[in-house]
Amino acid sequence: MKKETLLNAVLIALFVGVALAAWIMDEPYLITLATKAAIFAIAGVGLNFALGFGGLVSFGHAVFFGLGGYAMGILAFHAQTYTPILEWPFAINGTRSMPVIWCVAIVVSAVVAVGIGALSLRTNGVYFIMITLAFAQMFYYFAISWPTYGGEDGLSIYVRNEFPGLNTMDPIQYFAICFTLLLLVLFFVHRAAHSSFGLLLRAARQNEERVQAVGHTPFRLYLTAFVISGAITGLAGALFADLNRFVSPTLLSWHTSGEIMIFVILGGVGRVFGPVAGAALFILLEYVLGGLSEFWQIYLGAILLGVVLFARGGLYGLIAGREVAHD
Amino acid sequence: MSLILLAEQTLNGLQFGVMLFLMAAGLTLIFGVMGLINLAHGSLYMVGAFAAAGMAAATGSFMLALIASLVAAAIAGVLIEMTVIRRLYDRDHLDQVLATFALILIFSEGTRWVFGSFPLFLDKPSFLSGTVTLPFNVEYSVYRLSLIVVGILVAIGLFWMIAKTRIGIRIRAGENDREMIGALGVDISRLYTMVFALGAALAGLAGALIGAIQSVQVGMGEPVLILAFVVIVIGGIGSIKGALIGAILVGLTDTLGRFLLPQAFALILEPSQATSVGSSLASMSIYILMAGILLFRPKGLLGGA
Repeated sequence: MKKETLLNAVLIALFVGVALAAWIMDEPYLITLATKAAIFAIAGVGLNFALGFGGLVSFGHAVFFGLGGYAMGILAFHAQTYTPILEWPFAINGTRSMPVIWCVAIVVSAVVAVGIGALSLRTNGVYFIMITLAFAQMFYYFAISWPTYGGEDGLSIYVRNEFPGLNTMDPIQYFAICFTLLLLVLFFVHRAAHSSFGLLLRAARQNEERVQAVGHTPFRLYLTAFVISGAITGLAGALFADLNRFVSPTLLSWHTSGEIMIFVILGGVGRVFGPVAGAALFILLEYVLGGLSEFWQIYLGAILLGVVLFARGGLYGLIAGREVAHD
Repeated sequence: MSLILLAEQTLNGLQFGVMLFLMAAGLTLIFGVMGLINLAHGSLYMVGAFAAAGMAAATGSFMLALIASLVAAAIAGVLIEMTVIRRLYDRDHLDQVLATFALILIFSEGTRWVFGSFPLFLDKPSFLSGTVTLPFNVEYSVYRLSLIVVGILVAIGLFWMIAKTRIGIRIRAGENDREMIGALGVDISRLYTMVFALGAALAGLAGALIGAIQSVQVGMGEPVLILAFVVIVIGGIGSIKGALIGAILVGLTDTLGRFLLPQAFALILEPSQATSVGSSLASMSIYILMAGILLFRPKGLLGGA
């Protein structure tokens, strides 16, 4: 427990340190990498809420990442072209305000998560993995074949959206926004995991019958966890789209789902800060290995394989020891 | 819309379905016997296609190419089973998904490294090119028709093997109770390797057969892999009969959906809108089918209760 707290602090210090050092040395690319890591960390923390605490192996979290991304893309696209999104029955206009976009991304992801969760939770085990994957593929193919917002080519947004009082086009300021959001999400997840809801959720993962016997409905716990999880990942999608100023169906592809899962596993399943370590490590590997060889994914695959086979519990398991029963 | 066109599209759907069955049969066997989700099955499909393209380029013989695809995929299957997959049987599904996802990265990038990013081409054999006239004046490609025949023959062979041969009995016993057949003196790990090699060879064969109509390239296995998963989930994981029904259902839904939905929407919408709405719905149709089936039968059509 002590070690884990220490590791959390080191991780946070590392993020701030790298970003500040890059800012002082005037290396905007490094700041962008740190921002990307922070955004991926948010996505991973989101998935971890369902996967780590609830034991719900969702192989379709790209849906929420993509929905968040498209929420940003569509709102900003209409603001950019001065066209209304909807004229009837009431007019909805696009917006370039980040806080509004985040809210829309979170709400849309949550609403879709209610639907997908309610249907998928009828199944369990492999079927759950596969049905979440199927829903993600449904959205992926829909995005590809729906021409209004660019279809397969995606949608470019020319200027990053606005945040009151900040210049979002400045890399360090955008990093500050994303990193602050990451901290807020971590705080929220930490509190949720230690609330009575969080304890019940973990109890349900370990023994559904007992949770039922003390008068709670596992289905409701799982669904709540799935919705919170989807909403957080949706927020990450909106931030990621703003980082690149581009959205495309790739956000929704099953590779994205796999990558978000990799952040969680590399870091350590069920640890609040696990995905933060996982995402940082992933970006680091991409940066270092990508410099070594064009075929860096071979090495990524080998490392991943090594982690799954020999280092169960990911980075956190390796450094802070296996999870203890009570924490 | 002519009936002849409809008949042709139905045959295309059937052909797609039997090819999916070759993939899905291996996946469902591997899951049924070993309890393993193998995402790398699509990579074995790709290995088969590349081996066939390489052999065809070297010798010019399509038959040798098919044999090469079977052998290469089976060898690749045995290799990964003995080095990696074997350690995953006792793990939970999450570890299996991750480890086999890692295998995909290694296979795809490795193939790109060896063969480059450009697609290879595998020609149909000359004795199977051209078209044949079926009853009711339906003109149909000989090659695609022979794919249907090959698929049906493989399906019959598999059912026969599972039902009548000693190895089939062991496979069925392994599905029911692995400790017990181990106790009865069957070498479990050899049985597992054999089942995995069989599944891999079927995937490789499918890759080679499809490679002759589409191009042979890195990443070709992934769309097929996901469809094969849809198939086995619809059919009920572990059931070969379910995989056959699921494969035909998915093949027909996909092909006929793409053909019929845009035309159906053309009756109520303007042409340009009808094409976009129809084709978006068509590409989603099999996933909608799967979600619908799972809602009513959470374990698939033929899955155990």
